[in-house]
Amino acid sequence: MAKIVVDPITRIEGHLRIEAEVSGGKVSDAWSSSTMFRGIEKILQQRDPRDAWYFTQRFCGVCTTVHSIASIRAVENALNIKIPPNAELIRNIIIGIQNVQDHVIHFYHLHALDWVDITSALKADPAKTAQLAASISEWPLNSATYFKATQDKLKAFVAKGRLGPFANAYWGHPAYKLPPEANLMATAHYLEALEWQKDVIKIHAILGSKNPHPQTFLVGGMAIPIDPDSQNALNADKLMEIKRLLVKAKTFVEQVYIPDLLAVASFYKEWASIGGGVGNYLSYGEFPQPASGQLWMPAGVIMAKEITKVAPADHKKVAEYVDHSWFEYSGGAGKGLHPYDGESEAKYTGPKPPFQNLDVNAKYSWVKAPRYQDQPMEVGPLARLLVAYGAGDKQVQDAVNGVLKKLGVGPEALFSTLGRTAARGIDCLLIAQQTPVWLDQLIDNIGKGDYNTHNGEKWDPATWPKEAAGYGWHEAPRGALGHWIKIRDQKILNYQAVVPSTWNASPRDAKGLRGPYEAALVGTPLADPSKPLEILRTIHSFDPCLACAVHVLDARGNEMVKVNLL
Amino acid sequence: MGKKLADAHPDETGTELNLPRMLEERGVSRRDFMKFCTAVSAALALPASFAPKVAQALDEVKRPTLVWLEFQDCAGDTEALLRAANPTVAEIVLDILSVDYHETIMAAAGHQAEEALAKVVKEQKGKYIAVVEGAIPLKDGGVYCCVAGKAAVDTAREVCGGALATLAVGTCASYGGIPAAAPNPTGAVGVKDAVPNATVINLPGCPLNADNLTATVVHFLVFGKLPALDSFGRPLFAYGKRIHDNCERRPHFDAGQYVEKWSDTGHKKGFCLYKMGCKGPETYHNCPTQRYNEKTSWPVASGHGCVGCSQPQFWDTMTPFYHRLPNVPGFGIESTADKIGIGIAAGTAAAFAAHGVISAFRKGDDSEGAKED
Repeated sequence: MAKIVVDPITRIEGHLRIEAEVSGGKVSDAWSSSTMFRGIEKILQQRDPRDAWYFTQRFCGVCTTVHSIASIRAVENALNIKIPPNAELIRNIIIGIQNVQDHVIHFYHLHALDWVDITSALKADPAKTAQLAASISEWPLNSATYFKATQDKLKAFVAKGRLGPFANAYWGHPAYKLPPEANLMATAHYLEALEWQKDVIKIHAILGSKNPHPQTFLVGGMAIPIDPDSQNALNADKLMEIKRLLVKAKTFVEQVYIPDLLAVASFYKEWASIGGGVGNYLSYGEFPQPASGQLWMPAGVIMAKEITKVAPADHKKVAEYVDHSWFEYSGGAGKGLHPYDGESEAKYTGPKPPFQNLDVNAKYSWVKAPRYQDQPMEVGPLARLLVAYGAGDKQVQDAVNGVLKKLGVGPEALFSTLGRTAARGIDCLLIAQQTPVWLDQLIDNIGKGDYNTHNGEKWDPATWPKEAAGYGWHEAPRGALGHWIKIRDQKILNYQAVVPSTWNASPRDAKGLRGPYEAALVGTPLADPSKPLEILRTIHSFDPCLACAVHVLDARGNEMVKVNLL
Repeated sequence: MGKKLADAHPDETGTELNLPRMLEERGVSRRDFMKFCTAVSAALALPASFAPKVAQALDEVKRPTLVWLEFQDCAGDTEALLRAANPTVAEIVLDILSVDYHETIMAAAGHQAEEALAKVVKEQKGKYIAVVEGAIPLKDGGVYCCVAGKAAVDTAREVCGGALATLAVGTCASYGGIPAAAPNPTGAVGVKDAVPNATVINLPGCPLNADNLTATVVHFLVFGKLPALDSFGRPLFAYGKRIHDNCERRPHFDAGQYVEKWSDTGHKKGFCLYKMGCKGPETYHNCPTQRYNEKTSWPVASGHGCVGCSQPQFWDTMTPFYHRLPNVPGFGIESTADKIGIGIAAGTAAAFAAHGVISAFRKGDDSEGAKED
């Protein structure tokens, strides 16, 4: 038995380390560790709750809107603030395009190189590549000339002898299965997606000044004013620009991302039985309709892969353990705490750096172990599609069944590395097609003379009760995200975020149950343990976002550390 | 400094590399290239007529290596880089810089990735550019951020210490940023504090404007030296002027026309956001002119006040974000605005001096003008 360490896991957000035991050419056990900690929730204490969104937004610059959304929802929930319909629709558009752009970047720039061997693209025949592309998509750029130009660029780059970010990778690894033409097609679209992503995300700049980190969220609504007769507000001109960009987003997803995903997946069908993981799925649901609040994608819980049994999601059933995390509970080890009552005091007990290995029998990560009804849960696009599928959502059922049919696999294929990656594509497609509907609803509202984007009744903290508590849920690109807040005397008493990558990157809990990454890695074949490409495939299929996952809160409302002034 | 990058790095292949030719190979026309040079000149606050000189300098440059380190970060500055204005060519310039290490984008992982970094540090000592994103925790031996089992502070000392120059991108790498906000649980600091002997240029902002990063690199290439910096280590070309002085809403401030409530008539008409907490009068950054996402917008233009994200320790000195600037004896006249700027510049300077033992600015602000709301 050999022990291998992959640190850093690259092409993710944040700092992740995987330690794995290998025997018989397969991963026999695995440990997921996050190696970076900032303590933002502790920093939030005693601050103005209306500022919290701006702080929590800095949990992550990749999923750059999600913690803002969860945060303002938590404060609005605590103070019982209803937001205007226009604000809800603007949020839906911002969330929608965030999902779409994030999924495409993940597929091409973070995940594709696990499946696509760029060096093999050099050997492709551009004419045959064009034929392959034409057989799966109507995308107008897919010509032989276009692929030849990409290949020439690539050749010129390689001829320089310095591969920059492509150096030292696992090129030529036996686990790469794509023919040269498919590699060239994907490489061309890797470059094209780089251009596309910075265009479509301008929607965030129009509605919220910039991306990453749009600066527009407000407790009670949004900071972008609406007035068709003003050049300083959301007007017809800007709405049409958003519309154009949404069409561009949708077209690329339909004609490039989805065909590429299906083409690549068809060469890797064995990955439909690898990387299954814990088999429990949690979704908080998303995209509330204005007024009714009804969710376009439902919330729910599935246990032990029983997709016909979808239970409602209940925030009271969430608890976090720290038995293998570098924190300490005042009540001792072995117990999980609900986010409202949670507490965490950072206490590093790992090896002194530089180190070779972590002591995985003790504490080994900055990520806590969240559990739902004491079970580890997978969250993300697969979880939300399974919940929607099980809840009888016709649109989701049709989309999922269509993809399964095209790949010629059964529904059991969903519980896998490939299933996770395919689900992200389906999720992206559905949201790309739906987001223009919210824009149309917004335009409709404005046409009727409703320009309001903010409910200011409780903007002034003097209107707040002495104490309040609330939580905000958001189905982020990477899955179920929850923020919990307690407010006292107009200030944050405590704040806790349980985020998608906390669920997925979770270490073991008090009972020794593995987290989703850890469980999914068990059984993964490794052709060459010194080049663990297969580990990257399964880990990347979750789309890790580690800066998000690590946080700390002192829920006892202790005074902040005494301050020294020079 | 003072050494030209062009001299610093002989290309390994021994071939004279020529940027325009490389661009051509990548399908970038001379015209596009000149457009890029004009844009960079604008970012550097140089006249458009300067573009040919920029182009000439880039023509002559060889291919220096860049390594990008991420520590206590959120990858927001990396994402900003992906959205850079003039992206086709900006991406290519970074490509041409040979980005040999960048965790978020590189294909290699684990020890293969670390080997790539070690190779640069060993073989190109004093010749490569280091970029740092994220703060560096010093408390408890730096255990709060480890990559490949090494503490960030040790990696930073090794990599930044051996670099030609280090660009600290974003407010975290520049001054500690959000991890360093009170009570600074991990003892986070910026690069200059972690590696005092390194040559560091701070490019703060949350995130930084990638155009300013590109412009700084080009400044090296054109002039063969660092751009002039202010007392916070920021290039004057990007941080030399107050937001308030370049703000498109300044006439409304001078005329006493303010947004009083979100979504009110003044908000819709683009009045001044001062009363909603805008920190433009105390913030030095080129947002109003350079804007974001290919000049699409910037916070004030989209109806939200500036929060002062390019100022050291803004997380403590500029919060609560929706409270008005303190101690303003009235507004609507030019001289008052200038007093605000001078007063706050002194305040942030004090905060900067107090780095590492983070201040109680936000705790002491209960008496501020916010009660006027």
